Amino acid sequence: MSALVLIELHGAEISANSRAAVTAATQLSDTVDALVLTNDAANATAVAAISGINTVKVIADSVLEHVSAGIASKLIAGVMTDYQYLVAGSATYSKNIIPVVGALLDVQPITDVCEVKSANTFVRPLYAGNIMATVETCDVTILLTVRPTEFEHAEDGGSATVEQLSVDVPESNSTFVSLQESQSERPELTTAERIVSGGRGLGSQENFALIEQLADKLDAAVGASRAAVDAGFISNDYQVGQTGKVVAPKLYMAVGISGAIQHLAGMKDSQVIVVINNDADAPMARIADLVWNTDLFGAVQELIDNA
Amino acid sequence: MKIIIPIKRVLDPYTQARVDKQTQMVDLTNAKMAMNPFCEIAVEEALKLKESGAASETIAVSIGTDKTVDTLRTALAMGIDRAIFIKTEGDLDLQPLHLGKILASIIKREEAGLVIMGKQAVDNDNNQTGQIISGLLDYSLGTFISKFSLSDDAQSVEVSREIDSGIEIRQLNLPAIVTVDLRLNEPRYASLPNIMKARSKPLETIELSSLDIDVSPRVKVISVIESGTKDRAAKQVSSAKELLEELAQMGVL
Amino acid sequence: MERESIEYDVVVVGGGPAGLASACKLKQLNPNLSVCLLEKGSEIGSHIISGAVFEPKALFDLFPEDAKDCPTLNNAVKGDDVYFLRNGSKKIKVPSWLTPKGLHNHGNYIISLGELCQWLGEKAMDLGVDIFPGFPAENYLSDESGRICGIATPDMGIDKEGNQKGTWAPGMNILAKQTIFAEGARGHIGKQLIKDLNLDKDKSPQHFAIGFKEVWEVENDKHSQGDVLHTIGWPLTQGVSGGGYLYHFDKNRIAVGLIVDLNYDNPYQNPFKEFQQYKLHPVVKQYLESGKRISYGARAISKGGLHSLVKMDFNGGMIIGCNAGTLNPGKIKGSHCALQSGMLAAEYINKVLNEEVCDFDDIFKSSALYKELHQARNFSSALHKFGLYIGSAYNFVESNIFRNKLPINIKDEKKDSDVLKLSSNAKVKNYPAPDNEFTFDITSSLFLSGTNHEEDQPIHLKLSDAGIPLGPNLSQYDEPAQRYCPAGVYEIIEKEGQDCFQINAQNCLHCKTCDIKDPAQNITWTPPEGGGGPNYISM
Repeated sequence: MSALVLIELHGAEISANSRAAVTAATQLSDTVDALVLTNDAANATAVAAISGINTVKVIADSVLEHVSAGIASKLIAGVMTDYQYLVAGSATYSKNIIPVVGALLDVQPITDVCEVKSANTFVRPLYAGNIMATVETCDVTILLTVRPTEFEHAEDGGSATVEQLSVDVPESNSTFVSLQESQSERPELTTAERIVSGGRGLGSQENFALIEQLADKLDAAVGASRAAVDAGFISNDYQVGQTGKVVAPKLYMAVGISGAIQHLAGMKDSQVIVVINNDADAPMARIADLVWNTDLFGAVQELIDNA
Repeated sequence: MKIIIPIKRVLDPYTQARVDKQTQMVDLTNAKMAMNPFCEIAVEEALKLKESGAASETIAVSIGTDKTVDTLRTALAMGIDRAIFIKTEGDLDLQPLHLGKILASIIKREEAGLVIMGKQAVDNDNNQTGQIISGLLDYSLGTFISKFSLSDDAQSVEVSREIDSGIEIRQLNLPAIVTVDLRLNEPRYASLPNIMKARSKPLETIELSSLDIDVSPRVKVISVIESGTKDRAAKQVSSAKELLEELAQMGVL
Repeated sequence: MERESIEYDVVVVGGGPAGLASACKLKQLNPNLSVCLLEKGSEIGSHIISGAVFEPKALFDLFPEDAKDCPTLNNAVKGDDVYFLRNGSKKIKVPSWLTPKGLHNHGNYIISLGELCQWLGEKAMDLGVDIFPGFPAENYLSDESGRICGIATPDMGIDKEGNQKGTWAPGMNILAKQTIFAEGARGHIGKQLIKDLNLDKDKSPQHFAIGFKEVWEVENDKHSQGDVLHTIGWPLTQGVSGGGYLYHFDKNRIAVGLIVDLNYDNPYQNPFKEFQQYKLHPVVKQYLESGKRISYGARAISKGGLHSLVKMDFNGGMIIGCNAGTLNPGKIKGSHCALQSGMLAAEYINKVLNEEVCDFDDIFKSSALYKELHQARNFSSALHKFGLYIGSAYNFVESNIFRNKLPINIKDEKKDSDVLKLSSNAKVKNYPAPDNEFTFDITSSLFLSGTNHEEDQPIHLKLSDAGIPLGPNLSQYDEPAQRYCPAGVYEIIEKEGQDCFQINAQNCLHCKTCDIKDPAQNITWTPPEGGGGPNYISM
């Protein structure tokens, strides 16, 4: 049976998590199609270039640029009659929509899959990633969101057929008002190769700006601990951890982060972990490859000057 | 307008989940349990609405074994008006689809205009139940909200959703379901006098079996392991230069 | 928001064995009494830690029918060995006939005291006790006549600087006809009460030890359920007294720990590191190999015995259990004594509330608790005064030959805070680095205690004089707080080229050692925001 991948677009750009979803889908089925909900059918062209996809199904309508979960789920459910699997990369986009599809199809979706064990058996994290559970579903139709850090991101190189579907877009019971995009030239947090992350130890929003400077110097994304977000140093989009984003970059540099369990859960799989802190005993140091115990501001400044 | 706040009792998020060697399942015997932190935020938001005069009644709902009553009492102590306890026989592995169906039946019964709940429970981390309810009831949905305001005519709410690309502002027609994110508010304490007063607030018990909902598991947990965090070498460095050199050698710069 | 008051017949402070037993017994004696119990831990049992080999008789006295159903009472002691550890590798088995009688454990159980307290908490609730976990008592209340008339709980939602946060909620006064203080060893209100009411008049100062415990999950072939092992000697040498233990309980779990008496004199002594080293002795290590450590904790123990036991009754209430000092030092067991003291207190208080004429002293002196404490009265002080060898010999002779009937009183009148040598006269102790297999650092240990405090609150460890740590304590004793604290709360760190005394209050395990051992008696432990502190599971 074939698999359908729900593609997330940012404007015309394909989000990285969708590429991970394609990889996961190819592990489940030889026939992988993609579904694009967009305001502009032309956006499907880029999707058709992802290798591994057979057919790109496109539903285009102006309301689909900022689609509500209600509309998206009804459209997806309509398409799902032809598929056994629906796969999406774990992201706020898919987490908003997929469970609603589950309700419409009477299927229990599986969130944050990290590994495909067999056609109906998957590994997924519980308890902020402290526990990995192997789960088996008995649903006939299977809905999955997959962790983009756990699957290769499918590259371009394919040439899928594009098929435009003409369906009636249902009425919505909610209306899009506006989107305040996070303004950032920096790499996106969940897919960045390098992350510089700041904690409450930085003391103030002004000091947190140093983290952003350092990140720019290292061509890294900016992250933050929940404590730093709670303290108002930076917005929640940057939070790394159980309640924020899960990352696994090549380099994770934690500055002034004590290392609460919740934070560790979000970054422990990073390849190289650097801890800069003035508290030598903070739990963070335990999982570090390199530790620099020193005054934070001096250290960050020194790094900015030397990098 | 009635507000329903579904809440969940979970392993305290500050305690480490452990796997029982013998049962090969997460060990919850004698473990410290607490209200899911996102649910606390949902409770707080409902209380604020009630205090502003926009809501007529706040109702907390929870599902589980007898101990779940403790969590409902906490919600009552925070200020919730009334509680509904859906009682299960023993520990059932209830999944979001089941929870959604159970809660949807209560929401319909109570004719609630608004459902406020956590975006996810920190035990199973599913992030599904609110969405599922909206699908079952065809209510409008606002997930991951960090701001909430009721329109003057009380016909709709405007929410700020914290999504990956930024903050989306969306207007939801009522009835609506919102799932709350961390920064919406700071939940109040259940103070000692209020805990005492909460003992006399109404708490209705409904046997799950009386709702006639199929709760046979769709997804079975085969096995669990502790992934833990591996201790690493923690090599000490003492200057920016040294650190950058090390990183260059490791090939990550 | 105004501070509210509520009135009960009896309020009990502390949900350990003593407090819970007193609450249960009161309701058994008179179901019409209104009784409430406050516990600073987030749940009953979350701050409870003990070895523990448990003498069950008191529990059966309290619940003759139901005690057998107490789930933690499922591991009867089978093997019972005592070793003298000569050094890090050699051992001598102490023959049973030479072991002080109090250390014989036939008929006892290996339990989790935390689980026992959880069970007692449920019993208490069934009996109608109002239990409020997550709420500490901050101080006692007294009326114009000086009579103790209840307690006050602290405000919640105060920030680091002492300002009210948005979530601020005022504390409450709980007024009671009788107040029972059962806070455990060195309770902060108990300490104040003892001083204010002179309850330690004509008593020896209380003596304390710090007890460590870890729970390990071990391989099947390393586990022998019901076996109990006690050790004396290494790594506690050079006049430091104490001892080690290793108990095999259920689910392939082993409890391993070390008790270090706090009357040690070398300021360089590091009890935490001694405990870590202890696990490397072959006698201990053999069981832990390829095992996994699953929890860690530490707590001060009051072990002065009868000579140090304060006057337990006063106008308006009682102080009981380890808060008063009821532990039997001859057995190094306090749980059954705490239960008994709670039951005796309930008996007395019920009479007082009924306006019967009675004297607690009469009740106490005719009790089994008094009898056993009297027998063991010299145990600790003999060890303190004469050292391990002669002290043990004395204890053997007194307990096994004269059956504790000698009319001799040996007392130790020196406070644990007064015995440190100057660091210039003391030998620096170096400890090997943790191997992360058997021995660990404090940080990874704390992780397993589940300790947690709301970050934005005032530091709950109060210094009377902020200049002392880096002043006299540093110059005279190399600030021993850096070493005696089992949670790494106290550190001297360099900030901008200057030494700085840092208090990591969020690490605190509520063990009270700092309050006891600080040579300047400059540190006062106060309760942090409710629910803070360790989250022990089955400790």
